[in-house]
Amino acid sequence: MKLFWRMAWGGIRDLSPVVLVILFFQAVVLDRPIADLQVLFEGAVLVVVGLTIFVYGLEIALFPVGDSLAYALASKGSFLWLLAFAFLLGFGTAVAEPALTAVATEAAKTAAAAGSIADSDLARSRYTLGLRLTVAFSVGVALVLGVTRIVLGWSLPKMIIGGYAIVIAFTFFAPSEAVGIAYDSGAVTTSVITVPLVTALGIGLASSLADRNPLTDGFGMIAAILLTPMIFVMLYGTLLAWI
Amino acid sequence: MDLILDLLSNVIDTAMSIVPIAAFMLFFHYVVLRRELANPAQLAVGFLFILVGLAIFLLGLEKALFPIGRIMVDQLVAVSVADLPEAGSHWTDYYLIFAFAFAIAFGAAIAEPALLAIASRVSELSGGAIHAWGLRVAAALGVAAGVTIGCIRIAAGIPLHWCMAAGYAVIIVQTVFAPRVIVPLAYDSGGVSTSAVTVPVVTALGLALANQVPGRSELQDGFGLLALACVYPVITVLAYAQVTAFLEKRILRRRTENPPQV
Repeated sequence: MKLFWRMAWGGIRDLSPVVLVILFFQAVVLDRPIADLQVLFEGAVLVVVGLTIFVYGLEIALFPVGDSLAYALASKGSFLWLLAFAFLLGFGTAVAEPALTAVATEAAKTAAAAGSIADSDLARSRYTLGLRLTVAFSVGVALVLGVTRIVLGWSLPKMIIGGYAIVIAFTFFAPSEAVGIAYDSGAVTTSVITVPLVTALGIGLASSLADRNPLTDGFGMIAAILLTPMIFVMLYGTLLAWI
Repeated sequence: MDLILDLLSNVIDTAMSIVPIAAFMLFFHYVVLRRELANPAQLAVGFLFILVGLAIFLLGLEKALFPIGRIMVDQLVAVSVADLPEAGSHWTDYYLIFAFAFAIAFGAAIAEPALLAIASRVSELSGGAIHAWGLRVAAALGVAAGVTIGCIRIAAGIPLHWCMAAGYAVIIVQTVFAPRVIVPLAYDSGGVSTSAVTVPVVTALGLALANQVPGRSELQDGFGLLALACVYPVITVLAYAQVTAFLEKRILRRRTENPPQV
């Protein structure tokens, strides 16, 4: 219970910058009273309470499960199962991600306006679905790469910097309306569920392998999730423009 | 009453995205690995906490903070545009928006639950050598820098990939010199600091700005803020580690030069 109170205090501290920014800009810069001071504070209270409960839940449930799954998969010694698990986990979390659906719908409008696809409901919904599957596939690939890296001990900077180079090179070939969406699609998939889950897996896997350090080897999967969707979405846009 | 209904609908929405993941993990645990869970009751309570906590959190954002934020962005843009001469506005005229973008992005990233969870985990793993609070402030400064650069880009019409490539170039140079322990974590920090709070705040900001700046289209120019918000935290977290390492080295050197009198 003491832990809970400490976390609630942490929540208040975490939210105060946003509230202060809003108050400052309203009162000093815009020189207008806040229309709904009560609503602002009600919202702030909800956010703090929700945040506290959520993080507490992560600590007692998601982190232990991630750890024990990674540990069990690693000690079972089946590299293929591990890869299958990583791919399915990445694909599944991304396909179900509400933020991705929202952005994909926006992106379909952009593509229709740019004339890449026909401006009809059918064409747009096919584009949206195609985009979601592309991103989900790339997140799966990212986790497979990330797990392989942890198990085989590949160098993360080389992988990530190689990824940067591919992204920048691709930018010159892909249709321009696909580029903006591609750049943002990675950020959208790293959601509040994916990040703790993937990190728990990475850390669990790195700590269950004999000569891996959880801090230096366990991280890096989120970085891969940011990169692969950029590459695959630009590829998708390029292919669509060709066909 | 409305509040409770909204909360319920949020719980259902959240459950839609969490239950498949939980089911998938349980399937792997019981069917593929054939193992018992260590503490099923605690896990059930924990998942319930995640579900309800996230629903309350999102409710607070949707009910209060996002609407207020949206109104403020529109007002700020209107104030900046009102002072402008008829034609030929310069991108520096939007300085109020840039200041607001920096401040609100920083605040949003500090409130980001994923960043909070990862920072405390990292602090544990490193045995307290990496401070959770320092890491969060560094990452949040990076998000703020990225979003501000993104807003300047929209107003000034700089191509997105230049801003990305510039960020990447700095990261590559820093990677060579930064302490090796921090590099993977720093690479991850971009994705970690852009989730539940930052994504909607930043998206709304970009769309409002692209809408109001003459000659920019919401569809073509509104994107890209998030991508930049993912790149620049890598730089600030690496810089944070470099500064910390430098200071430690200096303290160590002082100690060896003038050993404390016993």
